[in-house]
Amino acid sequence: MILALARASLVRQRARTLLAVVGVAISAAMLLDMVMLASGMRVSFGSLLLAQGFQIRLAPKGTLPFDTDATIPDASGIVQRLRARSDVIAVSPVLGAQLHVEHGTASVSAAALGTIAAVQGDYKLLEGELPAQDEEIAANDALLAAVGAHIGDTLRVAAGFDPQLRAYTGQRALRIVGRAHFIYLSAGERAMALPLATLQSMEGSSRTDRASLLMVRLRAGADVEAARAAIERDVRTVSAISTATAIEQVEQRLSYFRQLAFILGTVSLAVGFLLVTTLVTVSVNERLGEIAVLRAIGVRRVRIVEQILIEGSAIMLVGAFLGLGLGLVTARYLNSILAAFPGLPEAIDFFLFQPRDAWVALGLLAGCGILAGVYPAWRGASLPIAATLREEAVA
Amino acid sequence: MTGDEILVAARDLRRDYAMSAGVVHAVRGVTLDVRAREYVAIVGPSGCGKSTLLNLIGAIDAPSSGTLAIAGQRLDGLPDRDATLFRLRRIGFVFQRFYLMPVLTALENVELPMSEAGLGKTERRTRARELLAYVGLGERLHHRPTELSGGEQQRVAIARALANKPALLLADEPTGELDARTGEEMIALFERLNTDGTTIIVVTHDEDLARAAHRVVHMRDGLIVDDRRR
Ligand SMILES: Nc1ncnc2c1ncn2[C@@H]1O[C@H](COP(=O)(O)OP(=O)(O)O)[C@@H](O)[C@H]1O
Ligand SMILES: [Mg+2]
Repeated sequence: MILALARASLVRQRARTLLAVVGVAISAAMLLDMVMLASGMRVSFGSLLLAQGFQIRLAPKGTLPFDTDATIPDASGIVQRLRARSDVIAVSPVLGAQLHVEHGTASVSAAALGTIAAVQGDYKLLEGELPAQDEEIAANDALLAAVGAHIGDTLRVAAGFDPQLRAYTGQRALRIVGRAHFIYLSAGERAMALPLATLQSMEGSSRTDRASLLMVRLRAGADVEAARAAIERDVRTVSAISTATAIEQVEQRLSYFRQLAFILGTVSLAVGFLLVTTLVTVSVNERLGEIAVLRAIGVRRVRIVEQILIEGSAIMLVGAFLGLGLGLVTARYLNSILAAFPGLPEAIDFFLFQPRDAWVALGLLAGCGILAGVYPAWRGASLPIAATLREEAVA
Repeated sequence: MTGDEILVAARDLRRDYAMSAGVVHAVRGVTLDVRAREYVAIVGPSGCGKSTLLNLIGAIDAPSSGTLAIAGQRLDGLPDRDATLFRLRRIGFVFQRFYLMPVLTALENVELPMSEAGLGKTERRTRARELLAYVGLGERLHHRPTELSGGEQQRVAIARALANKPALLLADEPTGELDARTGEEMIALFERLNTDGTTIIVVTHDEDLARAAHRVVHMRDGLIVDDRRR
C-alpha cells in the first residue's frame, strides 16, 4: 500500500519524474564512462603487452622500446646468448624501419618490421603465409589498399630515396605472401612485415646485424625480475624492461586520466544526487498535508521514510539503468574518436567495459539514490501533525 | 448510558503555543470525562480551542501540562511510536476537509489503516466493502476522491476512520464543507454510528449537528464554560 503511494506520487507528476530520470541517466552515463576511463587504458595496455607472451623487452641501452631510432648491435650474438639461458624459451629480434613502396610514378611510405617469422609477436596473420623466406612480406590492409595490391603480387620497395641522385636506395622486389594485422600500430597506419635479414640488408651497412628491440619469452613460472636483472648485467648494450614495469610506467603516465576521471565522476554523481534530492524534496513539500493525514490516522514514521526513500531510489535506479546503456554507447563513440589518437596502438581502449565498472557505477548511484531521499524523508517523518493539518486547512 | 466505563479522562489539560508575538494559551485547563458510547459535541466561538482540545484527545498533539488517559492508556508524554500505534488502533479521525489520499480509490482509502495494522489483503478488502456499504457508498468503491462529491468523500473518510474498529471517533467540523442537505445525511449517519455503539466526540459550529448529540460541551477562551447532557 505504501509502495502504491510511492509509485502514485511519481506517476502523478509524470513529466517531472521523467525529466529527473533523464537527468540521472545522463549523469549515470557520465559516471560509468569515467569509471571505465579510470581503468580502461591500464587494463587494455596490460593485455596488449602480455598478449604475445613476451615478458621482457630489450631496447638499446638507456632507451625505451621503439622510443628512438637507436639500434642494438650484434643482435644475432645476443639472441644466441639469451637462448643459452635455461629460463628463456624464445627470443624475437625486431628491426623497425620506414620503407617506400612504389605505386605508379609516386611512392607511399609504410612502417616495416623485420622479424623472424617463427618467433615474432608483433603481428597476427589473417590470411596467406608468414613471410619466412627472403623477399617475402606480409602487408596490412591499409598498405594493400594504398597500393591496390593483393596476396601474390610483387611490390617494388626501397629503403630510402637519395634526393641528389634522384634514385631509390636499397631497392628490392618483395612478394606479398600474407595479410596481417599489426598489434602495436595505430589504426590506418600502413605496415608490412618481412624477414629480419631482408630488412637489414635493404637498410645497408648501418643496420647490419642490428635490431631495434628484442622480445624475450620466459619459461612458465620463471622469476621475471631476476631474469630481467641478469640479462641487463649480462648484455651491456641493452636496457631490459619487464612487462609489469612497462605497465607501471604507463600507469604513471595515465594518472592524469585517472584524476580527471575521478573528478568528473564525482561531479556527475553529485549532480545526480542534487537532482534527485531536489525533486523528492519538492514532491514531499507538495504533500505535507497528505503526509500529516497519514500520520494522523496511525501510519508510522518508518513507513513515511520508506515511501520517500523508495521514491528517490526508484528515480535513481531507473535513471541508472538507462544511463548505463547510454554510457556504453557514448563510450564506444568516444573510443572511436580516440582510436585515431596518433601514436597509440589501435588495440588500446580508453573506455574498456568491464562488468565490475557497471557494478561500481550502479552501487554508487544506488547509494546516492538512498542518500538523496534522506533529507526529504526526515522532513516528512518529523512533521508536527496537528500544526501541519491546520496550515493545510488554511491554505 | 451512565452505566458505561469512562473512556476519556482529561485533567487540567493545557496547550500553549509559543509564538514570536508571545505565548498563545489555546487550551487553559480543561477537565473532562467522556464515557463509552457517549455522543459529545464541543461547541464555542471560533478560536476558543475546540480543535486544539480534539487534537490532544486524538494524540496528534501533546499537552503542555495536565494528564490525559483514554481507555486506561496515558497519552500525555507518550513517545511518538506509541502514540502513532494508539491512533491506529483506538482513534478514528474525521476532518472538515475529508483528507482522503487523492491517488487511492475509495476502497483503497478505507483499506489503508487496515493495511498499516497488518490485516491480510482479503480480510481488509472484505471489511472495506462492508464499511463502504454501511456508510451508503457500496456502489462507488473504485472511484477516486476527485470523482466523488463532498458528501461522498466524507462518507469514505468516516469508513476509513472506522476501519480498525476504534474505541473513539473524533470529528472536527465534519459538516463544515457540506451543503445543508448533505449535512443532514451526515448527522443521520453519526447518530446511526452512535446507536450502533461508537463513542463520538464532534467539534462543530453546526447547530443541527450539536443538537443531535446527547451532550454538549461549551468552550470559551480555552476553557469549558458549560457542559450539559440531554
Ligand atoms: N499550531 C498553532 N500555532 C499557533 N497557534 C495556534 C496553533 N493552533 C491553534 N492555535 C491558536 O490557538 C487558538 C485555538 O485554536 P483552535 O483550537 O483551532 O480553535 P477553534 O478550533 O476553536 O476555532 C487560536 O487562537 C489559534 O490561533
Ligand atoms: Mg477548529
